[in-house]
Amino acid sequence: MDVKQDPAVQQEQEQGKRIGKIVLEVKDLKTYVRTKRGVIPAVDGVSFYVKQGETFGIVGESGGGKSMTAKSILRMEPKPAASIEGGEILLDGVDLTKLSEKQMRKIRGREISMIFQDPMTSLNPVFTVGNQIGEGLRIYEGKMDKKTLKAKIIELLKKVNVAAPEKRISDYPHEMSGGMKQRAVGAIAISSSPKIIIADEPTTSLDLTIQAQYLRLLREIQEKSGVSIIFITHDFGIVAKMCDRVAVLYSGRIVEQGTVRALFKNPSHPYTHALINSVPKVEKRVDRLYSIPGQPTPAWERKKGCYFANRCEYAVDRCFEAYPPTFDGLSGTEGHLADCWRLEDKTWKPKPYLA
Amino acid sequence: MKKKPMVLDEQPKSKAAVVWSVVRELPIVPILIILIVLIIPTIFAELLAPHNPYSGSLRLRLQPPSFLGGPEGYLLGTDHQGRDILSRMIYGARISSAVAASGILIGGSLGIVFGLMAGYFRGWIDAVVSRLVDITLSIPIILIAIAVATAAGASLGVLVGLVAYYLWGVYTRQTRAETLKWAESQFVKRAQVVGCSKLRIMFKHLLPNMVNTIIVLITLQVGFVIVFEASLSFVGVGVPPPNPAWGLMVSEGRMFVVSAWWVPLFPGMAIMLTVLSFNMLGDWLRDKLDPKLRQV
Repeated sequence: MDVKQDPAVQQEQEQGKRIGKIVLEVKDLKTYVRTKRGVIPAVDGVSFYVKQGETFGIVGESGGGKSMTAKSILRMEPKPAASIEGGEILLDGVDLTKLSEKQMRKIRGREISMIFQDPMTSLNPVFTVGNQIGEGLRIYEGKMDKKTLKAKIIELLKKVNVAAPEKRISDYPHEMSGGMKQRAVGAIAISSSPKIIIADEPTTSLDLTIQAQYLRLLREIQEKSGVSIIFITHDFGIVAKMCDRVAVLYSGRIVEQGTVRALFKNPSHPYTHALINSVPKVEKRVDRLYSIPGQPTPAWERKKGCYFANRCEYAVDRCFEAYPPTFDGLSGTEGHLADCWRLEDKTWKPKPYLA
Repeated sequence: MKKKPMVLDEQPKSKAAVVWSVVRELPIVPILIILIVLIIPTIFAELLAPHNPYSGSLRLRLQPPSFLGGPEGYLLGTDHQGRDILSRMIYGARISSAVAASGILIGGSLGIVFGLMAGYFRGWIDAVVSRLVDITLSIPIILIAIAVATAAGASLGVLVGLVAYYLWGVYTRQTRAETLKWAESQFVKRAQVVGCSKLRIMFKHLLPNMVNTIIVLITLQVGFVIVFEASLSFVGVGVPPPNPAWGLMVSEGRMFVVSAWWVPLFPGMAIMLTVLSFNMLGDWLRDKLDPKLRQV
């Protein structure tokens, strides 16, 4: 058997990382969006924590609330339509939901920074890349003379593996390739040595080889600086490669979370199970890839009970009656949580992978 | 000209070479006309004008241009008060450019600031600003001009105010639309994540992306302002006589159009040439600055 294919084994190779104390703790976060159809709970009571030097993955389908969670942490939920209606976001004990916009500006960039999905549009087309990296530096470190600034920009570009940074510094975004741009965006994100980087599907618009390079780069940065990364993706393959722990989001709720190893070995929630099941496997040839039937129920059509019940092959009557409680200690590990009625039976498990 | 073959290790062009490549493509005719008719007379009016533009000799009234047998030294003839038409046109250029420059500067700056605010802050600011713009642009400007000029008296200041008042709406609308477009882009979000203030995002990130549009708008507006100033002067509520404004000269000359056609013709031509040139320059700039047509 090819060892590299096993996510759990790869996870073990990652254990060399130094993981410290908790830096960010999100408790029962609720972000609601007002729409024509009424108030929609885009983030509906999400709780998780991120430790120093750790990569925390957030996975789920489109519209599951991944990006809204990230935006809420930075207090950049699209106001005034969206607002945080409850919960706490504790960064080193400081509740970000209580901070003013002015105070938040000191947190953004300095403490938490973000890498966006599309490198093509996340750089301002009318300024050089060096200029844009310098902008952050000047905000964080105050005024400095041009020479020092240039040296710092070059150093940052070197950190993100940009070849010949002395020349690239005066390039405009349109003169760079997608991968190069995303590196520059990465350089801006690390320019303040933040505690946390939120990466919102940073590799989705890159081709596969560049994707792999970029992921390696992120890990390298993390190893050197000990930054925590919140990695948002819909690709379980990337989760297996990058993350230490992972939360699965469905319709604004975390349905399962735990270490990557526990999740891959013993997916306890039927949704997680189905998601992992739908990742194509190289060693197996199938006529048709597995997919979860149906679509997530829109919030305004949601009935009581488990949100996933109508698509779940294991659903029983009670799943349609009330939202299930969270069960801890699944697969024998502390912190492996899932919301599913079937887990009341300690011996119950979703069916093994389709062989 | 022979096309140079592409060389792979070609050195990047020097700044001077880049500037030269732009200069070479400038639309030379409109620029020359603008220089000759508007800009040079504006700057060097005292040196260029052969006669006093304000007073003439009544004995020399309505003399034809010197090349049509008129008196020596009056190249474009004289008007009904015996003033040299050429000298008046030269001083008139100064009024036209003063009104256009200050009107666009004031109206444009106001419009840009309000447009950015409306587009970036949205909410009630946007609602108030947008309605004000709608109101401004829906009332015929000539009507307002006549009302204001009658109430406050015709003067250069009132004229500039009217121009600014009208342009404010145009610039606000355009800037707001552009702001809405760019405010959703990721680089604005990223700037926010970096920790930029709202003011910084508005003026350092959004505004530079609109410079192209604004420059084109300004160029096209110069023509409008000159015609506007001329129309108001023609109606009699613009620049008060005896100032030598182009529109006023056309207006004063219309009584003599049969007997002394040169009195209204030459200032009219100056208006037409300037406006036409500015519009041509504006069109050229629009094509040039359109990123879709721009070569990388």
